Amino acid sequence: MAKPMAISGNFAAAYSTKQINPHIVAAYPITPQTLMMEKFSEYVANGEVDTELICVESEHSAMSACIGAAAAGGRVITSTAANGLALMFEVVYIAASLRLPMTMCVMNRALSGPINIHCDHSDAMGVRDSGWIQVFNENAQEVYDTMFQACRIGEHKDIKLPVMVNFDGFITSHKVERVDVLDDDVVQDYIGKFEPMYPLLDVDNPLTYGPLDLFDYYFEHKRQQVDAMQKALPIIEKEMKAYGKVSGREYGIMESYHLDDADYVIICMSSTAGTTKFVVDRMRAQGKKVGLLKLRLFRPFPAKQIAEQLAGVKRIAVLDRSESFGAFGGPLFTEVRNALYDVNDKPGITGYVYGLGGRDISADQIEGVFNKLISAPDKMIGDIQYLGVRGD
Amino acid sequence: MANLKQLSEREERLTGGHRLCAGCGASIIVRQILLATNYPVVASCSTGCLEVSTTLYPYTAWKNPFIHNAFENSAVTISGAEAMFRARKRTGEIPADKKIKFIAFGGDGGTYDIGIQSLSGAMERGHDMLYVCYNNEAYMNTGIQRSSATSMGAATTTSPAGTVIPGKKEYPKDLTEVMAAHHLPYVAQASPGYYMDLIKKVEKAMEIEGPKFMNTLAPCPRGWRHPNDAAIKVAKLAVDCCFWPLYEVVDDKYSLTGQSKLIAAGKKEKIPLVDYIKTQGRFKHLLAPKNKEFLDSIQTELDKRWERLVKLSEL
Repeated sequence: MAKPMAISGNFAAAYSTKQINPHIVAAYPITPQTLMMEKFSEYVANGEVDTELICVESEHSAMSACIGAAAAGGRVITSTAANGLALMFEVVYIAASLRLPMTMCVMNRALSGPINIHCDHSDAMGVRDSGWIQVFNENAQEVYDTMFQACRIGEHKDIKLPVMVNFDGFITSHKVERVDVLDDDVVQDYIGKFEPMYPLLDVDNPLTYGPLDLFDYYFEHKRQQVDAMQKALPIIEKEMKAYGKVSGREYGIMESYHLDDADYVIICMSSTAGTTKFVVDRMRAQGKKVGLLKLRLFRPFPAKQIAEQLAGVKRIAVLDRSESFGAFGGPLFTEVRNALYDVNDKPGITGYVYGLGGRDISADQIEGVFNKLISAPDKMIGDIQYLGVRGD
Repeated sequence: MANLKQLSEREERLTGGHRLCAGCGASIIVRQILLATNYPVVASCSTGCLEVSTTLYPYTAWKNPFIHNAFENSAVTISGAEAMFRARKRTGEIPADKKIKFIAFGGDGGTYDIGIQSLSGAMERGHDMLYVCYNNEAYMNTGIQRSSATSMGAATTTSPAGTVIPGKKEYPKDLTEVMAAHHLPYVAQASPGYYMDLIKKVEKAMEIEGPKFMNTLAPCPRGWRHPNDAAIKVAKLAVDCCFWPLYEVVDDKYSLTGQSKLIAAGKKEKIPLVDYIKTQGRFKHLLAPKNKEFLDSIQTELDKRWERLVKLSEL
């Protein structure tokens, strides 16, 4: 049965990919993603997988090869970060609009410029409107587990969309943690055999992928993508829950931590949620009614579920690890604030942008955010603050 | 090799009724190529005239599986499909003896320029595929802008023949040679004007495993400013003046083929470049007396390149 391993997030991504044994992996190296690809290349070189590994000459070609492969009909996995994802931008949209299931790990890293190799979420946020399902993961265990969920979700007959498995560059990609892994046959039973839908390789039933689609049909096709995203939400909830039966680790689209009776709540994603849990424990011990809402699923955005979770809360701080220049708040802040518009007795809400370019976020800083929520005046003004930056 | 009668009896895989211009060289080339093989084909195409005109939703002119992804990635897209074919054979999901041929099409924009990285990568990785460039020497789909394949002196909308500058100022990139430098098992240059030569090359390529590249000259009545019924004539003249020699490179061995071989052997006449130039409005200004020196210099360069190719084919 399950056994513990001491591995990094990148290793967990590579190991889960090995257990999935996809038909195709196509990728281009970029820090901090490289260790996943190197590890997986070893599996290929040692004959531990059936996968055809395509070492392309750019990220644009990585995603383009994935599109050709997925259209041909089979399981496809890639991974990238930051500038690599930005270079893919055009074809990231095409993968989703052709309704091609595939999984892409994104070891979230700051976008240039100036060039920086460390964590923030600007890369994934840059493609948040691309039509991909986006899951953000707190640690290596979540990465490992989400890789299998991604197959089930993306390939679901009512979804047929690509899934992005996000985790924090270096913080999660390189940190060695305990990861409980499943047996290969358990994984294979859970993900099931890939059943191609309209494969290009079916030469007896030829079809055309990617035609010119103008004002007379394009809008309907976009509307169908919207429908797929809407239908995806309950299916994702179900799949993440069902995974608990397989692994003993049940997931939701979000995780509530001491939220039931909390008056003051931080909302954030990925590894910062781990630090926030530590702070919540520390402050709870002092009798302070603080809590955390960790969001795992960012696309489709679970607005109603978030509103339900936050009913009755007094004040909220949303922590964004990316900036949306010129916007009123980071991407997570604007979504959460929007989700709360129809809630009676709205909580006060404030937004923080933190950790850009890998700037560390400490437990004390998070405690400071909670303390500011606690001491804020009754009528809070939803403004945006910057955490841990000189001059603020 | 299939003869004309046999070819005429084969099923058309690019149907009529598509929206390419009357007399377009590209559709003639694609039709000839698809007729040249009996194997099942999966094709890709870069964004361009061919793609937009043959796949206007909800219609398609393609009777074989077809994928268009984007402008710069026809080669890598089909390489992904080809890799999936091999992967599914390995897992036993597709029978080991199943044969499918993978052909990527691209115009000169999608091949010489924005797609050269994707093409070079796919060829270097050794996918079992044929890449076909239909080279109409400019960005025709967006309105005849110059590309790196545009002929020296040709007028395009971004290299117009002005009062100071007589059309394009640079020689075209020699992409066939760039691909030969990849040491591929098969590289060829062909013209729809000499269609049996083209078909023979496709037949040959289909029997060679690995990455193959074919560069074809695709006259464009709109962009080249010649009558709609002149494409084949122009495509022949391009070969006859040795501007577009017919040749192939098999495992690094150069051979002139068809008409070009006959010209090199002195059995057919090498016509002057001007005989080709004067058939097309895009070169009209080169015929003006003030541009005589310029035109002569192009002829000199062309002769030099032809002599080099003849020497290579004698090695």
